[in-house]
Amino acid sequence: MITFMNNSDSEEEPCNERTSLMSAESPPVPSYQDGLHASEAGEVQAHRKRRTGSSRSPNDTADGEMSDSGVPVRESTLENEEEELTLKYGAKHVIMLFVPVTLCMIVVVATIKSVRFYTEKNGQLIYTPFSEDTPSVGQRLLNSVLNTIIMISVIVVMTVFLVLLYKYRCYKFIHGWLILSSLMLLFLFTYIYLGEVLKTYNVAMDYPTLFLIIWNFGAVGMICIHWKGPLQLQQAYLIMISALMALVFIKYLPEWSAWVILGAISIYDLMAVLCPKGPLRMLVETAQERNEPIFPALIYSSAMIWTVGMAKPDTAARGPIQQTWDAAEDGRENHRSPSHAGSQMPETRSPVPTRPTTSLEELEEEERGVKLGLGDFIFYSVLVGKAAATASGDWNTTLACFVAILIGLCLTLLLLAVFKKALPALPISITFGLVFYFSTDNLVRPFMDTLAFHQLYI
Amino acid sequence: PGAARRGKYLPDSELWGVNPGVLSPPRAFFWLVSLLLASLIWFISVHLSDREDAKLQYGLLIFGAAVSVLLQEAFRFAYFKLLKKADEGLAMISEDGRSPISLRQMAYVSGLSFGIISGMFSVINILADSVGPGIVGIHGDSPYYFITSAFLTMALVLLHTFWGVIFFDACEKRHYWCLGLVVASHLLTSGLTFLNPWYEASLAPIFVITLCTGLWAFVTAGGSLRNILKCLSCKG
Repeated sequence: MITFMNNSDSEEEPCNERTSLMSAESPPVPSYQDGLHASEAGEVQAHRKRRTGSSRSPNDTADGEMSDSGVPVRESTLENEEEELTLKYGAKHVIMLFVPVTLCMIVVVATIKSVRFYTEKNGQLIYTPFSEDTPSVGQRLLNSVLNTIIMISVIVVMTVFLVLLYKYRCYKFIHGWLILSSLMLLFLFTYIYLGEVLKTYNVAMDYPTLFLIIWNFGAVGMICIHWKGPLQLQQAYLIMISALMALVFIKYLPEWSAWVILGAISIYDLMAVLCPKGPLRMLVETAQERNEPIFPALIYSSAMIWTVGMAKPDTAARGPIQQTWDAAEDGRENHRSPSHAGSQMPETRSPVPTRPTTSLEELEEEERGVKLGLGDFIFYSVLVGKAAATASGDWNTTLACFVAILIGLCLTLLLLAVFKKALPALPISITFGLVFYFSTDNLVRPFMDTLAFHQLYI
Repeated sequence: PGAARRGKYLPDSELWGVNPGVLSPPRAFFWLVSLLLASLIWFISVHLSDREDAKLQYGLLIFGAAVSVLLQEAFRFAYFKLLKKADEGLAMISEDGRSPISLRQMAYVSGLSFGIISGMFSVINILADSVGPGIVGIHGDSPYYFITSAFLTMALVLLHTFWGVIFFDACEKRHYWCLGLVVASHLLTSGLTFLNPWYEASLAPIFVITLCTGLWAFVTAGGSLRNILKCLSCKG
């Protein structure tokens, strides 16, 4: 056990960078950007009706709208149209993220409830050296706080290390690191997981079959995550590795430490993404400056096929026609994730110079998705899984935490639509989750139990 | 070009299909918060009172349940206000001045999600226990515990859905007597479950209430016998 624990530090680090939520959709109309391209985009402006029409050329906007209040009215119509589309798209994105988060949590909860292995205490990670088997409450609290400090500092150090590597363009090193950690997740952890599941259900399996299954699973996973693959499959693999990682955390983190760590990591996430010198923010900004996508193994994207090689063609083709096509969306978007439109991009890009109108529609029919870091998946699942594992066998607590996390995600996405820049996805959800966990476990559970005992319904 | 541009935006029908699902978690959240507050009140009252006195505890339980029902309805109202605001906002900024989601649809979804979360909280522990080995009612309680729980939960989910529709409609049209009636029927249903091992007295009336509320909601939502016939004949 010790050996793989030591290796898991390479797991920790990639997993911990994955904690920012970014919008791949840049909302319609930053008239500021459009203003720059206004001159070039002249002839195609006619096509850009409502949204951009009103935003872009203030001159064309119905003068009727510019009543007495003049400019403010115009701008408010601009903003309103922005908001309208943002909301319309926002709802879709919310659903697009609900499904994978829900799936991940379902996998984790189902495993926790059925496979004994993940709720047994079999030692601890080296990152949480202090044991919680102490007699006094104060000592236990102290130990958990110390564990948290150690864990968070490890995470911070790893994150800073990664950001430095990225800044100094040591791409090979980073890729090697990521490949090594996904190798470990896909092969070793899956092997252990499969072993435990088979043990629980008392199913016999011979080693050759096992080898075949794991080899296929792992190899396809590596290809899907690091190279090209169908979007659904890639999403499925990302969900699976998040679930596996969350299960490891649930097993090896002692109880109180887990809760304190969850709280601390959401604070860390808040600071890392929002502070100007925060490592995650620097990572995102550097990626934007260089017009590169962030690493494939760290981000779950809901609507695009992510490939490493796509970056170039997109940015190149972007140049001439760009302004026509949603300078608003695409501009911001391409800064974040050039390959966002996925494999359809190359085909549609080439005809673009000749027939801008049709390509406009094609491109617009594609969905712009939202991206969520894998660390977020992992920590959400850790919260719900811990609730399932330790809440006195109660399903209500698990349900309550689940709803709380989804609400937090909703709110975060709403804020994302309003602020339009990378936001930390952990704080709101984890706060709600923690609040609901403790209150449901201590307050609601006795109430509901007593009601159920008398078979009363409210 | 104009028509071509239209393809860009989600047609309202599609939005219609997509948006309501988003309303479920906030709705469930509101219900959870109401439950939390009610449990808090109950918990405090239990701790402040004499633990040994069974009658008092039972009375406190009834009190807690009543408070919970009232809080649920209050939060339903709060949710209605929130949705109204959002709806108005959407209508204001939409092209044709009309919001993409109809209030009826929102009422239905909100009632349904309220019902689902309420039903799940009531029944999921029972379901989990029913998987394990055991004998129902071995200590002298009714052996029909599981099946009646199932029926009651179903009735409750349906009732919440119907109440949602009626409630929103009543708030829209300011028929406050309707609101009062909804709250009263909720209290009545909850009260009927207090008669519980005596299933004839509790289950049957609850189902009657469910049917009546269902019809009422159907009529409120604009249905009528003609609509049903038209619907059936279209299918044929």
